[in-house]
Amino acid sequence: MDEPQIYARLAEIFRDVFDEDSIEVTPELSARDVDSWDSLNHIRLILTVEKAFKVKFSTAEVGKLKQVGDLVALIKSRA
Amino acid sequence: MNPLYAELQWLPRVPKDFSGKLKSLGDSPGPSGRAIQALASYALDLNQLTKLAKVIDKARSSAHGLDPLEPFRLALLSNSTVDLMAPALLASAARYGIALEVVQPPYNQVAQEALAPDSKVNSSKPDAVLLALDYRALPLKLSPGDADASLATKKGAMGYLQTLRNGIKANSNAVCIFQTFAPPVETLFGSLDRALPGTLRNLIDGINCELAEFVLGSGDVLLDVAGLAETVGLANWHNTQLWNMGKFSFSDEVIPLYGDHVGRTIAAIRGKSRKVLVLDLDNTVWGGVIGDDGLEGIKVAQGDAQGEAHLALQRLALDLRQRGIVLAVSSKNSDEVARQPFEEHPEMLLKLDHIAVFQANWNDKATNIQAIAEELSLGLEAMVFLDDNPVERGLVRKLLPQVAVPELPEEPAYYARTLAAAGYFEAVTFAGEDLKRADFYRDNAKRANLQKQVGGVNAYLLSLNMTITFQPFDATSRARIVQLINKSNQYNLTTRRYTDLEVAAAENAPTVFTLQVRLADIFGDNGMISVVICRPAEDDVWEIDTWLMSCRVLGRCVENMVLCEILKHARTAGIEKLSGIYRPTERNKLVVDHYAKLGFTKTAEEESGLTRWELAVEGAEPESVPMEVISHGFASVLENSIS
Repeated sequence: MDEPQIYARLAEIFRDVFDEDSIEVTPELSARDVDSWDSLNHIRLILTVEKAFKVKFSTAEVGKLKQVGDLVALIKSRA
Repeated sequence: MNPLYAELQWLPRVPKDFSGKLKSLGDSPGPSGRAIQALASYALDLNQLTKLAKVIDKARSSAHGLDPLEPFRLALLSNSTVDLMAPALLASAARYGIALEVVQPPYNQVAQEALAPDSKVNSSKPDAVLLALDYRALPLKLSPGDADASLATKKGAMGYLQTLRNGIKANSNAVCIFQTFAPPVETLFGSLDRALPGTLRNLIDGINCELAEFVLGSGDVLLDVAGLAETVGLANWHNTQLWNMGKFSFSDEVIPLYGDHVGRTIAAIRGKSRKVLVLDLDNTVWGGVIGDDGLEGIKVAQGDAQGEAHLALQRLALDLRQRGIVLAVSSKNSDEVARQPFEEHPEMLLKLDHIAVFQANWNDKATNIQAIAEELSLGLEAMVFLDDNPVERGLVRKLLPQVAVPELPEEPAYYARTLAAAGYFEAVTFAGEDLKRADFYRDNAKRANLQKQVGGVNAYLLSLNMTITFQPFDATSRARIVQLINKSNQYNLTTRRYTDLEVAAAENAPTVFTLQVRLADIFGDNGMISVVICRPAEDDVWEIDTWLMSCRVLGRCVENMVLCEILKHARTAGIEKLSGIYRPTERNKLVVDHYAKLGFTKTAEEESGLTRWELAVEGAEPESVPMEVISHGFASVLENSIS
C-alpha cells in the first residue's frame, strides 16, 4: 500500500470514528484540529487503524504519535 | 477469535449504506424507535454502535422521542473505564426494543456511589445497576496452599459485593446485575492453580460459585461474564495493553458481544425474551428434502456426520421445549409428507407431540408464521424463525420485522451453536410454571387457519434481483440433469425417470426441445432448478414429456418464466400447440393444478387421476414477473428442428 492509498483509507477511518464527513486527512492534522478527538476517541481511532491495516502498535509507539504524518510513517514501517 | 462471537454472525451483515441510513433517520420526523431498532439489528461493530448511540441520544431529547422502545435506566458501577462500551450498551439495547439510558458515575467510585444515598447513581433512581466489575475490583490476596487464608479472602470479596448490593437496595431499590469474574490468563503454578487454595484462579472460581448461588437466592440478576470470556477464550477477552493504556477491563473486540449480552439481560428483566421457536424442516430439522429424498434418504441418524448435526439441533429444540419454549413448524411441503418423519423415522428426536402448531403447506412463510402467532395468541415479538434458506429468511425479515430470524452458516454442525449464541430465550429467573408452558400451548400438532396472505411478497421477489438462465441440455450439465430427473418427486408433472444414455439421446435428437434452467438472486446462485423435455407429437404439437422444478425456488414464478421460454421457442419452430400431462403419484399433489394455473385447458381426465392439457401457442401470454432472462445455446437445436 503506497502513501496516497494509506491516506485514502485513513480518511474513511477518521470520518467513521469521529463521525464527521468533512475531515480532510493531511500529514499535519492533529488532535487540536478536530473537536471530538479526545483521549477516548484517540484509542478508538488507534484500535480501528490497527484492525483496518492488520497491524499492532506498541504502547510506546502510540504514545509518540503527534500528528497524522507520524501515524502514516508507522503504518508504512510495518508494510 | 471465533467470528461467530466476535462478529455476532447470527445477525444480518451491515448494509453498505449504513451511515446514510443513520443520517436519514436523524432527519425524519416522528418517533424513530422502530427505525432505530431495525438499524440496531445488524451485526454492528464498535464504531457503528457508537454512531448509532449518538443518534439515539439525539432522538431521545427530540420531541418525538424513541417510541415505542421501552425506557430503561441503567447505572454502571465499574472499576474500569466504561466510556468505550457505554455507547455500545445503548445501541445494543435498542436491538432488544429497549430505550436505554446509561448513568455513568465518575471513574472508579464504586463504593461511594453504592453507599451514599445522594450519589449520582442512587439519586438517578435507576431501574437497574450493573456492577460491571472485574477481578481487579476485588480485595484478593494471594495465599497459595493456605486454605484458611483463601477462605477468608473469598469471604471478604463476597462481603464487599454484598455491601455494595445492600447500599444500592437501601438507597435506590434498583435491581442489581452482578457479573461473574473472568480470571486472568496467567497462572502461577500452571494447572495446579485450579486446585490449590489461594491462587488467583482458585479464588476467582470460588467467588464465581458463591456469587451465582447468592444471586439465585437474592432475586438479583446474573450476567455470566466469566462464561462469556471462556466462550471466546480468556486470552481474547483480556487485553493487558488496553488495561494499561486506558483501564479498559476487556478487549475492544468483545464489546459488541458484551453489549448484546447486556441488552438481552435487560430484555429478559422486562419480560421481552422470545417464547416460540418456529422451525423449517428440510435441511434444517433434517438433512435433505423429505419430498424428494424420501424417508430413507433424509439425513437424521446417529453415525452419519450430517445427520448428527441436524439431531443436535433437534436436541437443543427439545431441551428448549422442556424449559418452556414453544415449538412450531413452518415448512413448504404437503402436510402428510412433512409429518411422515415425525411419525415414522425411528431416529427423529422431535415428535409431533412436541410441536404446538404444525404448518406444512405451499404458502409463503410470512403468512404461516403470522398464522402460528395468532393460533398461539402470542405476538410476533415472541417468535424466532429458523431456516437454512436465505430467501425465506429475507422474506420473513422484510415482511415481519418483529420476528427474530438468525442467519445460519453453511455447515449444519453449527446450527445449534448459532441458535444458542443468539440468546433469544435469555431468562433471569426460572420457575416451575415455565416447565409446563410448552404443554399448555400444545394441542396435538394443530394446524392454524391461514388468514389473508401477508402483503408485500411480490415486492420482495422483485428485490431479489433474480436472473433466470435457459439453455438446452448439454454434455457438461448432463450429470445434474439426470440427477434432477431421477430425484425430483414433488414438483414433477410426469415423474418419468431417465438414464444418462436416454438424456444424452434427448440432448442429441434434433426434434426434441430440452431446457435446463438456472436461477440466481442476491443471495447467490441456486444452480440448476428446473428441467423440461418437449417431444414432437402429432404435426405442430409439442408434448411436454417432462417438467420438473426444485421446491427450493417455489413461489417465485419460475414456472411462468419457463412457459414463456417454451412458447418463445415453440413459435420459432412453428409449433401451434403445447400438450401437457399430469401423472399423479404419491408425492406430486403439489402440481395437480400446474397446467390450470398456467392457462392450459383440460382435455381429458382418466380414472387413474391422470389429466391431459392443451395450450394454443398463438395468443398465449402467461403472466411474467420482472427478472432478467438469459437464453443461450439454442440456435443449433432450433435450426435442426425447423429443418
